[in-house]
Amino acid sequence: MRKGGGVQIRGLRELGIIVFIIIISILVGIRNPRFLTWGNLHDMLLDTAVLSVVAVGMMFVLVTGGIDLSAESVLALTGMVAGIIIKDNPYLSPVFMLLFGLLFGGFLGAVTGLIVAKGRVLPIIATLSMMYIYRGITFIVSRGEWIDAHEMPESFKALATGRVLGFSNLIAIALGVYLLFYYFANHTRTGREIYAVGSNLEAARIIGINTDWVIWLVYTLSGALSGLGGVMWVARYASAQNDTAAGFVLTVVAACVLGGVSISGGAGTIPGVFLGAITIGIINNALPMIRVSPFWRMALQGLIILVAALVNVAVARNVERAQLRQREELRMVRHGA
Amino acid sequence: MGERILELRGVSKFFPGIRALERVDFDLETGEIHALVGENGAGKSTLIKIITGVHQPDEGEIFWRGQKVTIPNPTVASRYQIAAVYQQPASFPHLSITENIFLGHPFLRPFSRRLDWKRMHDRARELLKSLGSDLDPITPVGTLSTAQKQIVEIAKALSINAQILIMDEPTAALTKREAEELYRIMRELKSQGTAIIFISHRFEDIYEVADRVTVLRDGKKVGTWMVKDISERDLVRAMVGREITQLFPKAWVTPGRELLRVEGLSKTGYFSNVSFTLHAGEILGVSGLVGSGRTEVAHALFGIAPADRGKIFVEGKEVTIRSPLDAIACGIGYLPEDRLQQGLFLPMSINDNITIAILDSLTRRGWLQPEREYEVSSKMLELLKIKAPSIFSLVSSLSGGNQQKVVVAKLLAARLRILILDEPTHGIDVGAKAAIHQIMSDLAQEGFGIIMISSEMPEILGMSDRILVMCEGRVSGILTREEATQEKIMEMAVNVNWAKLQKKEKVGVDYA
Amino acid sequence: MELESLRVQRAKSLSFRWEWLLLVLILGAFFVNVRLSPYFWNYRSFMDALSVFLEAGFMVFSMVMILVAGDIDISVASIAALSSVLMALSHKAGLPMGLAMLVALGVGVACGYFNGFLISRVPNLSAIIVTLAGFSLYRGIAYVLLGDRAVSGFPSWYSYLAWGYIGNTGIPFMLAAFFACALVYGLVLHRTAFGRKVFAIGTNRTAALFSGVPVARIRQILFTLNGLMAGVTAIFLTSKLGSSRPNVATGYELEVIAIAVLGGASPSGGKGSIFGACLAFILMRLLRYGMGLRNIPGQVMMVAIGVVLIGVVMIPNLVMSRKKRTVVS
Repeated sequence: MRKGGGVQIRGLRELGIIVFIIIISILVGIRNPRFLTWGNLHDMLLDTAVLSVVAVGMMFVLVTGGIDLSAESVLALTGMVAGIIIKDNPYLSPVFMLLFGLLFGGFLGAVTGLIVAKGRVLPIIATLSMMYIYRGITFIVSRGEWIDAHEMPESFKALATGRVLGFSNLIAIALGVYLLFYYFANHTRTGREIYAVGSNLEAARIIGINTDWVIWLVYTLSGALSGLGGVMWVARYASAQNDTAAGFVLTVVAACVLGGVSISGGAGTIPGVFLGAITIGIINNALPMIRVSPFWRMALQGLIILVAALVNVAVARNVERAQLRQREELRMVRHGA
Repeated sequence: MGERILELRGVSKFFPGIRALERVDFDLETGEIHALVGENGAGKSTLIKIITGVHQPDEGEIFWRGQKVTIPNPTVASRYQIAAVYQQPASFPHLSITENIFLGHPFLRPFSRRLDWKRMHDRARELLKSLGSDLDPITPVGTLSTAQKQIVEIAKALSINAQILIMDEPTAALTKREAEELYRIMRELKSQGTAIIFISHRFEDIYEVADRVTVLRDGKKVGTWMVKDISERDLVRAMVGREITQLFPKAWVTPGRELLRVEGLSKTGYFSNVSFTLHAGEILGVSGLVGSGRTEVAHALFGIAPADRGKIFVEGKEVTIRSPLDAIACGIGYLPEDRLQQGLFLPMSINDNITIAILDSLTRRGWLQPEREYEVSSKMLELLKIKAPSIFSLVSSLSGGNQQKVVVAKLLAARLRILILDEPTHGIDVGAKAAIHQIMSDLAQEGFGIIMISSEMPEILGMSDRILVMCEGRVSGILTREEATQEKIMEMAVNVNWAKLQKKEKVGVDYA
Repeated sequence: MELESLRVQRAKSLSFRWEWLLLVLILGAFFVNVRLSPYFWNYRSFMDALSVFLEAGFMVFSMVMILVAGDIDISVASIAALSSVLMALSHKAGLPMGLAMLVALGVGVACGYFNGFLISRVPNLSAIIVTLAGFSLYRGIAYVLLGDRAVSGFPSWYSYLAWGYIGNTGIPFMLAAFFACALVYGLVLHRTAFGRKVFAIGTNRTAALFSGVPVARIRQILFTLNGLMAGVTAIFLTSKLGSSRPNVATGYELEVIAIAVLGGASPSGGKGSIFGACLAFILMRLLRYGMGLRNIPGQVMMVAIGVVLIGVVMIPNLVMSRKKRTVVS
């Protein structure tokens, strides 16, 4: 990760989030000691697993300067289709279902990507529409019904209940996704080209990067990870509903922005997103612990997005000011004034 | 000197309405530093863009090591080991130095196709070191100074083993010490056989490092000389020495009362201590090279990017200008340099473009009064002889000259007393140019005060009553019409004042 | 003489318009509906068809203006929800209904002002992120205030706003209010200096600034207006539902943006008309009504709306790039 951009600033920023996480944990822990027990922390990570996986896909989209509001509907649709398949074919292996989630979600994302990259529709308009289109299709394929726990085989539910090295499978999957995409973002040519496109689209085109392809790719990735998240979600809550994850995309964007991903593109790291997702997970987990009504969640999320975006803007402006000052000093030296 | 590595024969390039280059010959040898000079718009950057594959020549041939080649895009140019370093490098600000160097051609590990960061970092550090820089290659480029960014660009050029290195005004944003460091690097590269094309406005640069110098003027080549054989004065004459054939109709007007006085205007990082006055009936020409701070001063006066310090007096009264609205209220109007970006609403009609700045005065309690608008814009259409089917034609359908007239019409319709015109005739044809000059002369006679920023020497000399020359963010002098000659202006603009130069060097030493 | 010829020239330059296409589509939808249901061809049911979902329509006008200025606001539906909840709560706390309605408007204005302030005064803060945060924040506040409860018990006259008819003309009151708003916004956008400046900002923001247009102030006003219209929506919506909950008006932002874009507003700014938006609104109503006749659920309708929205934006882009390519070759 030392290879990416914004080293000094980013290091500071991640440190800031970690300090924030520690302070919050201690404060909540004082109010309610149960918060810091291993069981609760594990539950918290389990609840954050889906969020963190979807946030990785969203990060790549944001890094190119776009946004993917359709992620939550891709999640719901893939979850629903997976639920229907597993209901009718209970013998299917859970690993196959995860793969199915990736592929099916990837296909949905690829459609969105085509609309943005080739149709030249603004990402906000394209993905807002796709958000409702995929949600509507979810409704159509389910015929308005939902699938609940007793319709799912134990093997599938074991995705959430089973454990690897003491961690739930879902947490292990999320960690796997992070490792994989950390590698992708920092150690592959394509990964770096995504950053280049977001940092300076024109310059990227000049050095020969196929920018349309890169833009298509990030929406496909976002779709694939949302699809994976959908299967994980259905296994975790052992139900697939039409309104699964409604409003979830805001949580995802909040995690990204909190993790230092710039909404105008170019900046964002996998570790940052990881910390952003964990922070949201802690806040969501801590609210009931300190007896704050869960209805605060949504408002708090909006506030987090706003404050994080303001912080990002302020940081960027400070850097710019420092550069101008530097320029002035140079000029003074040059003129001997 | 070495073998001939690049040769251009009879290269021409035409843009709509402009001959950017006309049958230019140019050659470059290994191990030489070849300076390319000329006024703004002389065709230097077009020539560079042809060599780097950004533009295709309309006529002429390019030879690379004796074989005829075409360079359809920058990627092919890098295959011919051609690389360019620009004054403001187009880099990826969020990414590290290493990535900026290697993004287009990264080192990959065999089999795994994984990026070989270690090798890239090592190579980047090596390249930086060879350029005398101890920058850490993981530093994001967005946090570097311009000088450091240029070092990165040179490193990038070296990373593809560039044999032809083009440097477009690399010293313009550098301090004396940084510039000397750059000279050292250039000499080093030269000794290794690299051929360097070097564009600069600073004569000290040319006499310091260049072997040969080619002068371009109005898209044509004036000549190529050995630097040691040509005096500074002759070089200036070669750059500007054109017969003034065009007629500029500015009639003499006895200057009236003072309209505008500026005292000690400064803006951090852009310009400092700018002072001048403007009288009714006067055209004050502002000359200076691109980047000298001319446009920034105009933006400060018009409130786009207000100054940090200094005073502005309009008709003797001190005013504060924080926005274009303030400026217009004070009677200051501005004709922007970039008419497409800053002046025009292309998909809107001529009428809507002309009246936008004065809408409030044409309305009745906020309601549009189309008849009053049509009256104003029809009059302007006629006055400026804008060639268009009607005032409802979309501006996007007009030619460049007529578009410029629409911007002028928008400004004139506002009936402001102080007009700042930034390159008012840039990129338009001779007929439209003459028309705009005539209008300016008429306005001056009616008692308007005009500040005309222009890169065109004949325009400056022909139209101005007084000429303010800027250099590197400062006023280097104000000349009257009688005093002004092309040579004098150019000398002040490029800062070939040796006494001053020596003083600067001393400061440089003190600083070190 | 001259003015007359100028008018003719002007009319000529406007001869082709998007609105004609919308009119044709409306006629088509109308006949399809008539074939689907013999009862559709009936004054009363036609009026009712138009009034379905009409409350969201109020936000379309201000959204058109925001899109024309090159911005976007996805927080409107949440503002409407918060307005509705606060209005209901203040009525429950003893405020007369008339004043409670003013509260709804006030809340809308305050939220819109807040959006506009951040977007227009903080450099480099995009409308997308601010209104996305608002999307969550405003509805979130509504949830904090009301949880999963609902508030009802409004005076009986209040339901007239959404359900009443004007005299015995058979014209729903809400429909009349809608067209009154359309008239006001149409005049403001197309017949005032303010409206012209909005177009100028959306066409070229830099040039607008250089022409002395108070860009920040106008954007601020537009977002505030959008908040105000969200308040109006809240009043009519609550009247229609007879109660208020934090989850009212969910998804309205898409419908509103879709109608505005279908009506000819460009999400990249500089284009749009109130008349077009009205036609698009009528078209959408007819489509919805027709789908309702065939018992097509709401969610599926959203699919149709989404497809229409993408199609309307994408098809001209594709045609344009095709044209450009042929010019180059």
